[in-house]
Amino acid sequence: MKNLWLFLVRYNAFFWFILFFVASVLLVVRHNRFQRSIFINSSNVLVGSIYDHLNSWKSYLSLEETNKSLASENARLRQQLQTLLLQDGVDSIAISDSIDFDRYRFTVAEVVNNSVHQKSNFITLNKGTNDGVEKGLGVITSTGVVGIVLNVSPHFSTVQSLLHPDTRISVALDSTNVFGSLVWGNNIDPQFATIKDIPNHVVTKKGDKVVTSGFSLFPKDIEVGRVSETDISSGGSFLDIQIKLRTDFSNLHHVYIVKDLYEEEKNELEDMTEDNDG
Amino acid sequence: MGRVFVVNLVRFIVLIAAQVVLFKNMGYYNLASPFPYILIVFLLPIGTPNFILYVLSFLTGLTVDAFYDSIGLHASACTALALFRIFFHNITLDVDVKNSFETPALGNMGTKWYLPYIAIGTFVHHLVLFHMEYFSLSNYANTAMTILFSSIFTILLIILISILIYKRKSRLLSN
Repeated sequence: MKNLWLFLVRYNAFFWFILFFVASVLLVVRHNRFQRSIFINSSNVLVGSIYDHLNSWKSYLSLEETNKSLASENARLRQQLQTLLLQDGVDSIAISDSIDFDRYRFTVAEVVNNSVHQKSNFITLNKGTNDGVEKGLGVITSTGVVGIVLNVSPHFSTVQSLLHPDTRISVALDSTNVFGSLVWGNNIDPQFATIKDIPNHVVTKKGDKVVTSGFSLFPKDIEVGRVSETDISSGGSFLDIQIKLRTDFSNLHHVYIVKDLYEEEKNELEDMTEDNDG
Repeated sequence: MGRVFVVNLVRFIVLIAAQVVLFKNMGYYNLASPFPYILIVFLLPIGTPNFILYVLSFLTGLTVDAFYDSIGLHASACTALALFRIFFHNITLDVDVKNSFETPALGNMGTKWYLPYIAIGTFVHHLVLFHMEYFSLSNYANTAMTILFSSIFTILLIILISILIYKRKSRLLSN
């Protein structure tokens, strides 16, 4: 103990330096926007590239499953294409959809890091600003909704997964078109999530399809999951419904980042309405 | 003792004022900007205890930061300068000089000691300062150029100030 004290006294200049320097660096990073953004970004690049390497090894292990799911998706898309090609007769063309054809742009990204066991789960993707990814875009897979892009660096982006207490996604019950918001809430099971704010009078059955409502970032009618438990009373005039998610979050490999090309226009218009209110 | 305190306080106020009013507006594009306020740290009495020295340098840096809107930048650079100062004093000064509480000014110490003291100290300060400011190793040539030219600028200004306030006193060093 005495030796330690002597050691500290002997080199006190150095230890004081460490103390004061760390204090000032903390000040710099905490209070200066520029340094903070660089600090976060560079750590992102570092961490992201490590995950990228790790993933390039790990992806071999699940190659078979990935192949299968891609193949099945391929088959399904081919089938859709086939039905479109085989359509003849003018009356079968769905005119109402044609406006949405160019509305969304999809970017394929690979998941380089993923978690499902935390209280707040995040996913890292290998596409960043260089590929046109922005903050706040939606992320989906072939089987459902994944989350919302939270931060972007040139080569990577982090996604706030649906399995995060702050994520809210607007969904609708397919049978009745009633909409509510999908949250993971306080669940601990990555397979289930809760729909809040469904009015009391709505009747739901187990196994009802739940799809995205198209009000927010995500295209309309993406199946999110199926109702697994109804009539959970939240005490107010609204019902909570538990659903089983269709996406297997523990086994995500390829996702699509969705960019709504009309979003700015839509938001501008909606902002205008609010201005008139006040 | 009281006189030492007053002299240092006046020096602090004058140099900070000069820094934020005059030297802040000087500079050659972004390539060279002078920071002669660090003379405050250079000229603190020789026998200042380490902890007091760090506190004073930190506060000097923080004061300049307040005017430059860069909280922590100059504080960190001045802390590094204080470390250099302690190191330099330790290896160049005798024990009796180290306890003398004199000002390490040009008149007291002589050119041969004073010039390397200022030159290396300024370089250390600017090295830390600009690395903290750019905070990345990309475009390093630019950072290095800025450090080099700013150091030269600052050193010239400090020497100029030192000559202006030069007072030949009893030499503390024999050579």
